[in-house]
Amino acid sequence: MKISNLLLPAFLGALFLLTGCERPPTDTVQHGFRGTGMVQVYNPRLLAIKTEENEVPASLPAVPTDGPKAGQVYKNVKVLGNLSVNEFTRLMLSMTTWVAPNEGCAYCHNLANLAEDTKYTKVVARRMIEMTRHINADWKTHVAETGVTCYTCHRGNPVPNYVWFKEPEQDKGADFIGDRAGQNLAATSVGLSSLPSDPFTPFLLGELDIRVNGSTALPSGNRHSIKQAEWTYGLMTHMSSSLGVNCTYCHNTQSFSSWKGSPPQRATAWHGIRMARDLNTAYLEPLAPVFPQHRLGELGDAAKANCATCHQGAYKPLNGQSMLKDHPQLAGPGVQTQVASANKK
Amino acid sequence: MQYQNIFTTVQAVGPVHHGIELGHGNSPRTGEPLIQYWLGRIGNAQLGPIYLGGLGIASIMCFVIAFVTIGMNMLASVNWDPIQFVRQLFWLALEPPAPGYGLSLPPMNQGGWWLFTGFFLTASLFLWWARMYRRARELGLGTHIPWAFAAAIWLYLVLGLFRPILMGSWGEAVPFGIFPHLDWTAAFSLRYGNLFYNPFHALSIAFLYGATLLFAMHGATILAVGRYGGEREIEQIIDRGTASERAALFWRWTMGFNATMESIHRWAWWFAVLCPLVGGIGILLTGTVVDNWYLWAVKHGVAPPYPTVFPEVIDPATLTGAKP
Repeated sequence: MKISNLLLPAFLGALFLLTGCERPPTDTVQHGFRGTGMVQVYNPRLLAIKTEENEVPASLPAVPTDGPKAGQVYKNVKVLGNLSVNEFTRLMLSMTTWVAPNEGCAYCHNLANLAEDTKYTKVVARRMIEMTRHINADWKTHVAETGVTCYTCHRGNPVPNYVWFKEPEQDKGADFIGDRAGQNLAATSVGLSSLPSDPFTPFLLGELDIRVNGSTALPSGNRHSIKQAEWTYGLMTHMSSSLGVNCTYCHNTQSFSSWKGSPPQRATAWHGIRMARDLNTAYLEPLAPVFPQHRLGELGDAAKANCATCHQGAYKPLNGQSMLKDHPQLAGPGVQTQVASANKK
Repeated sequence: MQYQNIFTTVQAVGPVHHGIELGHGNSPRTGEPLIQYWLGRIGNAQLGPIYLGGLGIASIMCFVIAFVTIGMNMLASVNWDPIQFVRQLFWLALEPPAPGYGLSLPPMNQGGWWLFTGFFLTASLFLWWARMYRRARELGLGTHIPWAFAAAIWLYLVLGLFRPILMGSWGEAVPFGIFPHLDWTAAFSLRYGNLFYNPFHALSIAFLYGATLLFAMHGATILAVGRYGGEREIEQIIDRGTASERAALFWRWTMGFNATMESIHRWAWWFAVLCPLVGGIGILLTGTVVDNWYLWAVKHGVAPPYPTVFPEVIDPATLTGAKP
């Protein structure tokens, strides 16, 4: 037998497997005390691509804030009525370029009567403006003064690139064999790991325990299981890949649960989890009755937000550049004016 | 250069050897032996015959049952799609029961298959162990090899049987799958506060790396004195020749101490055996005796405090007025 004939194919096969790896180089940047493994790993080539993707588009020139108010001039202006007509028009134009650059005004408005609420997109857009103001006014613990605008998530798409829906139950046939227990597929939601692929429903919609560690050295009643740890691990993997950072961006290498010695980013992320949960339960999930069928998930739920929705691979969305300062109209107030679904048709 | 290549360069090939006559109560060996040149490059060129026997056949049958059950569960988990089965093979798994089932018998698709598989895999390992013991005895050997294998079985049993029973839940056990068992390992460390602060884990790693180091040192030494007949190690235990003397002097002059032709093998055996032995102890203590290894290490002065680099971070959940 000529085994030597197999050597070349085997070598080429091994080489082919390597093509699945990320091409070097990688840089490591120290992010904590020396020698403790507190580093961030970057690939300068991929970082350059990411920087380009996260450029902020030019804002329209600022306009006077005095003059007649939009609420007096136009009909059916429920949220932005306090803006001057100039500001209002500027914001509408900005929103068009942020959300529906190809579809134009008609994506949300009936061009024959702009005040009408006949299109679902207009009802959703109004609710999203309220949500944006709510984030900027009430979630400064997460978005600070940088704030968010429509563009933070939409980036020129009517539906943001990164949204999530509830994962349908696995089709188990007669339920006799092959239960995956919600994990064990190469899932993009958890960085192609085999971890539970929908950590969002329990943690970013529900309020199940994320913390699985005990607070005492010896057992004292902490009944969290390893399987629960896998769900938490899934959420954390999602956060890591959404922000393009390592675990050590937020955690210290000695103890993932210990706040002492953790980078301050961890507190920001903690608020981020609560923010996503708030937005999903108060704003996004209740919009399900407003959306047409093709915009809903397999289980009939509305598109929801997770870390990737805004961050899109950057440690701060748009690499921390603030668009809000050019659009103070979105800064607040955070008050609730109406319930979204009340206005349908 | 003669002894510095990867492959064995000298192949002594004689007539194929069927083995010695077997005593009463043994079954005949299976298979007609053949000579394979490329096998000779990495070991003995003669392939077969193999001794199967009742224990071997029973072990293989149990293993096949376990292996096929895992495979069928994986295949069913991708809806019997053979393409997805191959694509996702490394991701697929057979999961143990959910923790809510405790130690009770769950429905087949809720972990029942995992228990079924675990039973047959364990039976297979025990049968194979008994077979190894018997074969060693039949050849008039010591039983060092089966006892080394038993050390590995100990770790396997701790992970899949002893610890889950002590914790009161099959859900604490390891899934059968390539990536899933690795994710489980990471989650195990995450749940129990960083396994690197578990001193038995540390010992286990020391024996693991130590064993590979000893293996490399010993292998290199014997190859290096091969030109003086150093491969005749067993004879040289009692009758040191120039190879043995030179090997010993090399290490004595390099690091002061040298092992002997006999003791180096005891070193290697104990390092290899202690790796799963102490590792198993570390796993057994986790969750049962110690819940958070980091806090345990802090309590006992094992975890070093590092200088403060970041501004003080307070757990936001403990702040009043923070959103829940």
